[in-house]
Amino acid sequence: MKLLNFLRGEAFARGVHPPQHKDTAAMPISRLPFAQRLVVPLSQNVGRPARPVVQVGQEVLRGQPLAEADGFVSAPHHAPASGVVEAIRLHPTSGGPWTDSVIVKVHPGSTQAVEWEEPQDLSAMDADQLIAAVQRTGIVGLGGGVFPTHAKLRVPKEFPVDTLVVNGCECEPYLTSDHRIMVERAADILAGVAISRRLLGNPRAIIGIEDNKPDAAAAIRALLPFGGDVTVETVPTKYPQGAGEMLIKTLLGREVPPDSRSYQVGAYVQNVATLASMGALMPRGRGFIERVITVAGTAVARPGNYLVPMGTPLRFLLEHVGAPADSVEVIFGGPMMGQAVACLDAPITKGVSGILVFHGQDLAPRAVRKSFPCIKCGKCIESCPMGLNPSMLGMLAAKRQYGPMAAAYRLGACFECGTCSYVCPANIPLVQQFRVAKQVLRGSEKAA
Amino acid sequence: MTVEIHSAPHIKADDGVVKIMRNVVWSLLPICAFFVWQYGASALASLIVVTAACLAAEALFLRLGRQSGDLGDWSATITGLLLALTLPPGFPLWMGAVAGFVAIALGKAIFGGVGHNLFNPALVGRAFVQAAFPVAIGTYTPSFMPGRFAEFIPSSLAPPFMAPKDTVAWLLASHVDGVSGATPLARWKFEGVLASSFDLLTSVSGHMAIGPSPLLILLCGGYLAARGYLDWRIPAAVMGSAAALATVMFAIDWRHYPDPLFVLFSGGLVLGAVYMATDMVTSPVTPKGMWLYGALIGVLTVIIRYSGGLPEGVMYAILIGNAATPMIERISQPAAFGANVKRKEKRP
Repeated sequence: MKLLNFLRGEAFARGVHPPQHKDTAAMPISRLPFAQRLVVPLSQNVGRPARPVVQVGQEVLRGQPLAEADGFVSAPHHAPASGVVEAIRLHPTSGGPWTDSVIVKVHPGSTQAVEWEEPQDLSAMDADQLIAAVQRTGIVGLGGGVFPTHAKLRVPKEFPVDTLVVNGCECEPYLTSDHRIMVERAADILAGVAISRRLLGNPRAIIGIEDNKPDAAAAIRALLPFGGDVTVETVPTKYPQGAGEMLIKTLLGREVPPDSRSYQVGAYVQNVATLASMGALMPRGRGFIERVITVAGTAVARPGNYLVPMGTPLRFLLEHVGAPADSVEVIFGGPMMGQAVACLDAPITKGVSGILVFHGQDLAPRAVRKSFPCIKCGKCIESCPMGLNPSMLGMLAAKRQYGPMAAAYRLGACFECGTCSYVCPANIPLVQQFRVAKQVLRGSEKAA
Repeated sequence: MTVEIHSAPHIKADDGVVKIMRNVVWSLLPICAFFVWQYGASALASLIVVTAACLAAEALFLRLGRQSGDLGDWSATITGLLLALTLPPGFPLWMGAVAGFVAIALGKAIFGGVGHNLFNPALVGRAFVQAAFPVAIGTYTPSFMPGRFAEFIPSSLAPPFMAPKDTVAWLLASHVDGVSGATPLARWKFEGVLASSFDLLTSVSGHMAIGPSPLLILLCGGYLAARGYLDWRIPAAVMGSAAALATVMFAIDWRHYPDPLFVLFSGGLVLGAVYMATDMVTSPVTPKGMWLYGALIGVLTVIIRYSGGLPEGVMYAILIGNAATPMIERISQPAAFGANVKRKEKRP
């Protein structure tokens, strides 16, 4: 197997091929109805929480701003449905902690039509105005990064970007939302690409799509002029191809050095869903109030790609897709990097690309999770895309020698793709230990 | 309603330690069968007794506690089968039991069990009996003796703590003329007689004191490598470096040194390269380290064979390689992504 991989000449080194389970790939995007109440947390993304601009008891229209950005690295939020602001109070989130949230009681007659928009002429705007327009939409990195998109678009002048890398890989198993967006909303993506290119100094754009989605590549290619500055490249299907560094390596042959940003090698990565939202919302001056989410997993009776209003309580969605009310495991995101949800009352927020629901024992039976000592098989080293030595890191973590992990074995380069834990035949919770180690190190840095 | 929470990743590859070990055992079975076909009842008894001794020792130390692993993880079974394959088929069974016990006790249990040992347990056991019973371990018998399924090689059944019967006398009194109990390596070293490399590779032509066919071992190892349970780089490095050094020596003085094919297929080089050197626990975990480690073992094997007092050097070469593993790992850490940035464009 190893020899075959070597001969095949895959793009970035190492990586893994987990079973794909992309059963929802052919299911068109369909709308999810409104829940009775929608919960919009003020803090959904990297940066400062937004400041509410509505009062309790106020009537809001679908698309109307609920909260404004507080500073540059911050994103506003908009009313996902017409209704009345019932409360602004603490509410549980998927991660566990309770955060301030605007709770909108949806009018029974609220339609899916957007009732608040300010159409604008983008071509008349200069760069600063355009970035402000991006910020007004409230779009954040939809691939899971949840970094405010407008802030990411302000690239320091001393680093010229020569390539906009459009990430259409969707390398996580089960997830097909980006796939459907590429098939159904290719024009929106290209509109978003055009806006981003203007802000980045008109670099060429390469749309990288894993070769398991030929229909997505074809849908976008059909709209592209021959010999233009925007091209589509299919890349090998391999996890974690969708990580920015890996896609840059595959498409451009460049490696982003440790502790550097991708623009330092002249590349800028943006996810297709993010670009499609920019392209669809910005000309109309709309806010980001819904996104496409793949709902799948063994416990889901009606899996699919749903257009979900932001703030929909998870419990409502589970009822709608026919997930049973017994023992389940719910994951926001993909099975490799996604986050298990502790509270079913948590609202669905901007960073959620998939919702996977499994019966309690389906993912990995308890017997499989029994942990052995490391037998030094080297599978983790063979698959770590960052060229780390997870085996050694794991042994150090078990002894709580967190300092050497960072200093001698480059723990900081780990972006927690989970590949090492996935392959480990001894079931050592490697990436889980690394997360703890990073947290401890961050804590001691702060203390120092 | 219960909500289960786990830390990502939420899915696992299918491979587990037990599955890997079980596959190694499967792949060893044809080799063991070939060994029994070559040597008959004595070989079968040796395989059973040595493996049973390993399992008994494993059970004892697991019961004493503070050991990782369990009896069902197949690791002690692998140790037992491999150890038996490296012993002469007529090795007294009680000595085989001692070897098996020592392999687990000194090779594995004192380090804390599976995953913690520094040296290949099977080779620790063999090294122990090599020192303790040098005559018995140097006494080989020819393969494919007539009547090998009907009677034991007399030394097999030596009563515990008693010297075995004289195998040479038994051989002289026996059935076939012109056979020798010396291994091809010993015959080359002490008598200057070279065996045919093809006969060594297949090991089906009779009356040579040889182990299971290197060809069969390579096939079984190839199965494991294809499943991803064995790293092909280690046997490649061991055999490649041994062949390279042997070629150089052969080119320098072809009268004195054997040809590289003889070096590859005689003795335990293939078995050691494919099944012993590749023991995951005691070999380097880094890809570069595997090449270094394999090359070290191959070179040491040839040096010990050519200039040591013993005809065979694979065992000590691997044990030295095991000892060097922590150092090799230290100097062979994988290259970090983006550490040496080449500003080379892949496409215009």
